[in-house]
Amino acid sequence: MTTTQLTTTHLMGQAVNLAVPNAGSLIQSVDWVAIAPPLIAAATALLVLLADLLLPPGAKRLLGPLTALGLLGALAALLPLVHGTPRSTFCGAAGCSYVADHFALAFQLLALGGALLAALLSQVTVAEDRLPAGEYWFLLLSSAAGAALLPAARDLATLVVALEVVSLPSFALVALKRDGRGGEAALKFFLSSVTATAVMLLGVSFLYAATGSLQLGAIADGLGQLPGRLKPLAEAGGMLTLVGFAFKVAAVPFHFWVPDTYAGAPLPVAGYLSVVGKASGFAGLALVTSLALRPYGHTWGLLLAVLAAVTMTAGNTAALRQRADSAQGAVRLLAWSSVAQAGYLLVPLAAAGYAGSAHPLGATVAYALIYGLVNLGAFGVAALVARTRPANRLDDYRGLFARDRFAALALAFFLLCLAGLPPGVVGLFGKVVVFQAAVDAGLGWLAVVMAANVVIALYYYLFWTARLFTPGEAAEPARTPGPLTATLGLAAVGAVVLSVAPQLVLQVVSGSLF
Amino acid sequence: MNALLIALLALPLLGAAATLAPGLFGADPTARGRRALRFNAVLTGLVLALAVALAAGFDHAHPGRMQGGVDVSWIPALGVRFHLGVDGVSLPLVVLTALLSFLCALYSTKRPPDGEGTPSALSFTGLFLLLEVGMLATFLVLDLLLFFLAFEIVLVPMYFLIARWGSGARTASAFRFILYTLLGSAVMLLGFLLIGLHAGTFDMTELAARHGSGLSHSTQLLAALAIGLGLLVKAPAWPLHSWLPDAHTSAPTVGSVLLAGVLLKMGTYGLVRVLLPIVPDGTATFAPYLGALAAVGIVYGSLACLALARAGRGGDLKRLIAFSSVGHMGFVLLGIASLTPVGLNGALFANIAHGLITGLLFFVVGALKDRYGTADLDTLAGASGAALYGRAPRLGALLAFGAVASLGLPGLAGFWGELLAMFGAFQPGAGLHRPAFLVFMALAGLGTLLTAAYLLVVVRRVCMGDPAQPAAVQVAELRGYEAVSWTPLAVLTVVAGLWPALLLTLSDPVVKQLLAVG
Repeated sequence: MTTTQLTTTHLMGQAVNLAVPNAGSLIQSVDWVAIAPPLIAAATALLVLLADLLLPPGAKRLLGPLTALGLLGALAALLPLVHGTPRSTFCGAAGCSYVADHFALAFQLLALGGALLAALLSQVTVAEDRLPAGEYWFLLLSSAAGAALLPAARDLATLVVALEVVSLPSFALVALKRDGRGGEAALKFFLSSVTATAVMLLGVSFLYAATGSLQLGAIADGLGQLPGRLKPLAEAGGMLTLVGFAFKVAAVPFHFWVPDTYAGAPLPVAGYLSVVGKASGFAGLALVTSLALRPYGHTWGLLLAVLAAVTMTAGNTAALRQRADSAQGAVRLLAWSSVAQAGYLLVPLAAAGYAGSAHPLGATVAYALIYGLVNLGAFGVAALVARTRPANRLDDYRGLFARDRFAALALAFFLLCLAGLPPGVVGLFGKVVVFQAAVDAGLGWLAVVMAANVVIALYYYLFWTARLFTPGEAAEPARTPGPLTATLGLAAVGAVVLSVAPQLVLQVVSGSLF
Repeated sequence: MNALLIALLALPLLGAAATLAPGLFGADPTARGRRALRFNAVLTGLVLALAVALAAGFDHAHPGRMQGGVDVSWIPALGVRFHLGVDGVSLPLVVLTALLSFLCALYSTKRPPDGEGTPSALSFTGLFLLLEVGMLATFLVLDLLLFFLAFEIVLVPMYFLIARWGSGARTASAFRFILYTLLGSAVMLLGFLLIGLHAGTFDMTELAARHGSGLSHSTQLLAALAIGLGLLVKAPAWPLHSWLPDAHTSAPTVGSVLLAGVLLKMGTYGLVRVLLPIVPDGTATFAPYLGALAAVGIVYGSLACLALARAGRGGDLKRLIAFSSVGHMGFVLLGIASLTPVGLNGALFANIAHGLITGLLFFVVGALKDRYGTADLDTLAGASGAALYGRAPRLGALLAFGAVASLGLPGLAGFWGELLAMFGAFQPGAGLHRPAFLVFMALAGLGTLLTAAYLLVVVRRVCMGDPAQPAAVQVAELRGYEAVSWTPLAVLTVVAGLWPALLLTLSDPVVKQLLAVG
């Protein structure tokens, strides 16, 4: 309740600001092409909800393909935006609230593409686990629409609303697996996330109080010429906002919810959270730090650098301790690995603070795209294995190569990409650009910490990879359902193509983002 | 020439990819394995033919010039160019790599790597070819980030070769190998990035031509430290060598041969190709420390071998040869540390010689391990000695040949490299503290004596003895395929020993360029 009230207040506050020159400026022309990607996802969500009400029960299996089609359409809507100057809309005196620049497009690609892969993965899960189809697809699409809106948002109100649109459906998605673990997982996720939102809103209100604006650009200008007595307020506000985002990206010490939530959620949802959920957190973090809090670069740069070092170390050491015979070990390992990867993703953000420009962010964007693809692929294989071995222990992956050659090779490739070791060339270059961002910004110590972490991480990734090829008990190879094969094929082909031509994804490093 | 270089890398890469194609090698597992191993031998044979063609087409009048250049943009965002080329330093290493790979592949067709729980020969072929891609690429690429990539390519195949086809504590050894070297190469990458940041390019020829101009002294120091650490782990230099003995003890025969014959050279090659010309000031500052590590490594390696060779110590013969590699690579490092053309020529010569001789020794010792079921020196030697001269004279002769070549007998390949390296230390480059290098040289000299001592002990305990004594195992004589795959190494050891100019004329002009003298 408080959430909505606060948000509304701020929206009103903003509206008052904007309305100052003349009331006519409130009637805006909306650039529908620019907002098409999140809009198509949201419209499909409503369509699915309606169709769920109207369709006869037998036809409800069409909802899954409809969702995939909607996401595909949203992805296609990105194409016209790629070239030319960035389009923006919802503009006011203080700037535009929605900008479809390269930063936004890259994260929208990640959000919608990740959601598409998760949707493909879910086709089988929804049918086999008897999840309520209409609700499931609606929630997934709503969350994806929020994730597509978030990177284009350029004011704090839109940002917070978008972040909540990503998160709220996710709680329900986690809880859809109606067993004890699903409920517990959802509750943990919900409580920590709501705390984060509350803290963030407090921070946002402080920033608004200090600078008088919610527009990211205007906040930066306001911070630059702040009267001395407002400085503590602004600094506290910035800090609290960052803490909120740190929750969302599961940075240490706000990471404890991750393994339980992932292990309790349906597998495609866990994959979705680890990629799209995390990506929205990073997009928001990048926007707030690099655009709104730009004048305080050194302060949050140091903060994020420390956070990055601690996060990757904690994630990796926890993953290292994952036992091979514990239930849901595979998902828990992926969960801890995603915590560690979040640490790597924070490195360029910290570097951006030190460098005083948004240029290093390209490394985060590139790495997030690579990570999203291969991590969803790994979750795909985990979902495949979970069909025959529901315990999903690491030991269940023994002899996968003998049972299912393609799945084993694909998982090996994904894991090596995550580890950043050839033949996972794209993972290696993803790490290289992150290292480069750190070295260029003079964060040598962070680069060394990360180097040590890459070595630690290799141990568990390789441990798992080697397990795939050890002889295991013989079993009849089970038939892989079509959508699963399609997901794995898409992810594997994508990763191989990017390994041959890393430029396709790394071009965001050299290009201009904003 | 350009097509040759690309084909050198593309052929094994495509071969490795082909092993993943389902059904290409037939359905029956045994036939499939046989076909895969034959495919491996044919493909590596083709690569060797290409390497020989490359050597034949090489302009020997200008070994200092980068030849057969391929230079296309690969990842513009990072400034990574697909830049290949060979000169007098890399050409011998490319040929050595292709030769050793072919001999290993040939050896595996007759003696397939097997044992309990080993995966199929098809997987072996795939990994082996991928390993060859990485090894060749290391010596061919001329871009720092590509060099790093090539450095990393070899890790996963070698890990699996040790962990799945090895023996003993193989998983632990394999992990130690890969984690240790990855830590080294990750630090090395940081050094590369530092250079790239300050110099604005990753192109090795361009950076080498600048000889460090444009890089401040502190940048050079930091970069040299980071890159040097990574390369010294691989080389390996004392005290960063501790992964090596375990890896060799556990690795299968072909793994050991390639590990000692090629992988260690990647480290020393990097020192010569990257460290020396690109950050000369940093290298000069660290050269005395490198020399000290080299001298300690020489003495330490031979003392460790001496301890392993003595009766009653339960020394493993493969472990002993691994430790001897630490000593031999010490000579290479000493030659590099001297920063003189003589020392560097010696280092590069010793590099090749060590690849030939140690490759041969690991082949022979691997065969002994097959025959006896163990490489434990005490079990092998029994009460009086294994008496190979009596029981399997040709095998014994080859082992003795390898041992005397390894101890640096004049007339064989092991002699020139170590002599020149010590000579370089006797008269080190300008600005280096000569008394210190004289001490290093004296220690290296002591090392040669100790080396001779332990190798002769090994020969006495394994080759000599009383053949009339009851033997635990009936030792088979040298087999046909063993003779075929080992004699090229023995022949080349003699050729390089009698005609050192073959290699030295190639390396000398390049070395002078790298050091920016003459």
